[in-house]
Amino acid sequence: MAARYELKMGAATREAFGKALVALGRADENVVVCDADLSKSTFTHLFGKEFPNRFFSCGIAEANMVSIGAGLAASGKIAFVASFSAFVLNKGFEQLRVNVAYSGAPLKVVGTHSGISIGEDGPSQMSVEDLSLACSLAGFTVLSPADEVSMFALVKAAAYHPGPVFIRAGRVKAPVIYGPEQEFVIGKGIQLTEGNDLTFISTGLLVAECLRAAEALAAEGIAARVIDLHTIRPLDRELIARAAAETGCLVVAEEHLVDSGLGVRVAQVVSETYPCVMEFHGIQNTYAESGLPEEVMEKYKMTAKDIVVTARKALARKKA
Amino acid sequence: MKKTSDLSELQAIARTVRRDIIEMIGAAKSGHPGGSLSAVEILVTLYFDVLQHDPANPGWPQRDRFILSKGHAAPVLYSVMAEAGYTPKDQLNTLRRIGSIYQGHPDRRFIPALETSTGSLGVGLSVGLGMAEAARLDKSPSRTYVVLGDGEIQEGQIWEAAMYAGFHKIDNICAILDNNRIQLDGWVKDIMGLDPLPEKWASFGWHVIEVDGHDIVALQAAFAEAAATKGKPTILIANTVKGKGVSFMEDNPKYHGVAPTKEEVELALKEIG
Repeated sequence: MAARYELKMGAATREAFGKALVALGRADENVVVCDADLSKSTFTHLFGKEFPNRFFSCGIAEANMVSIGAGLAASGKIAFVASFSAFVLNKGFEQLRVNVAYSGAPLKVVGTHSGISIGEDGPSQMSVEDLSLACSLAGFTVLSPADEVSMFALVKAAAYHPGPVFIRAGRVKAPVIYGPEQEFVIGKGIQLTEGNDLTFISTGLLVAECLRAAEALAAEGIAARVIDLHTIRPLDRELIARAAAETGCLVVAEEHLVDSGLGVRVAQVVSETYPCVMEFHGIQNTYAESGLPEEVMEKYKMTAKDIVVTARKALARKKA
Repeated sequence: MKKTSDLSELQAIARTVRRDIIEMIGAAKSGHPGGSLSAVEILVTLYFDVLQHDPANPGWPQRDRFILSKGHAAPVLYSVMAEAGYTPKDQLNTLRRIGSIYQGHPDRRFIPALETSTGSLGVGLSVGLGMAEAARLDKSPSRTYVVLGDGEIQEGQIWEAAMYAGFHKIDNICAILDNNRIQLDGWVKDIMGLDPLPEKWASFGWHVIEVDGHDIVALQAAFAEAAATKGKPTILIANTVKGKGVSFMEDNPKYHGVAPTKEEVELALKEIG
């Protein structure tokens, strides 16, 4: 039977990122951070306050910031650059491609305020395409932690990862999924619940929604496996293949454009290993709108009850 | 590699580099001769006199950094690096061929001694700033040199970098503008004029030195002035002639990105001597 998750509310993953930077900065004076006038929102201000000489405030100039970060990384620094995902990836994409990915600079790039859960600020600040953009940079590792515990651990892992890394962080508080003893390895997904009727595969904020969806289905005697893929690239092929083989029914849920995020990447692995019924739950071909975060998430079907609807579709197809 | 401040020795190297450029691009049947020839004295003066570097130990942490931001002038860089001993000279004529270390634009996957890969315009100055900041943090004497094209500074990111360097008083960076006045589509002044050029950079907080970019002695003096300038970044506005040294290429927009024919190669080599 599925383990029950309490899902107590924790800190936002952006805050956990900021705290991880401070911890890294204390342990290693080689760590440097760049920000583009959003340090209070990305939480890099915590690092900047404690290590002002290792904090590079670049002004509202993301392209320049990414290239400066590339130069710092190429000179042997453990360099992080941070902004909203929508800005660092879109305004810095050319620089991420040429100065970081192609030039092999091991820069760590953090995009906060990802997805549509940022709420009131609206679509210009929301990022519904960041995983797609990050995954289109050759050689990049792409991380999308679900809670404060995994974010804290994975920021530290990313710092000492040999290549460039993109980390997706969110604005709103996220339910805590993991205990302090949990280990996180880049490239290794985590199976949170047992079950052989179907598998939920998710990342970021929607992992918690999938756990709630699994709990709702459990009340009807349906046993759902839930997998957190905190690493979008490289995907944990073995874990995905096993879930496909053992449950024959996959639902991928993500706070991202549904046709260019995690789902299509999982589908590639499934079609190469154990083809099975799959359904894809994400943001349809649109931009969202302003509103309270929970209102926006509800309107754009990013909640457990919406994921249950998609799961029923998948289960019906599996039965047919 | 033998470093030298001697004018006639540097001029002799410049002549060799000009010949290499013509031969390489002629053999490749494609490439950018004009903007390679205009930067010859700049790169020769840097690599053989100014830069603190060691081709036998390219990873030396305190080395000066060099970035050819106008990456399409790769042939001048390849010739200078080969002459300095970083890369094999006998492979220069494999330029642009499959598998060659001498890629169409500088690619550090093939030449690890390159500080960064270039070819997309407008981004190299910012990367150089990151390297200069790292050196400041480490209290390293390392200086960073970035060669820009004049057409290149039409890119907006150049001015983000200019603003950053001026505001943060990055005095261990030196930009060199290869002001050859021609870009792919024609004359810079007709496409997106840059005047008043010195005033633009000065207003961003840079120390500006105007120099004849083919006068090695003047370049040596300008680099010395740049190194002695504290509290400000320096830019050399190096006034150059596109296609310099080959009469039919000089000031001719056609040779921005067109290779010389076999007959033109012979003619050009005769002129260079």
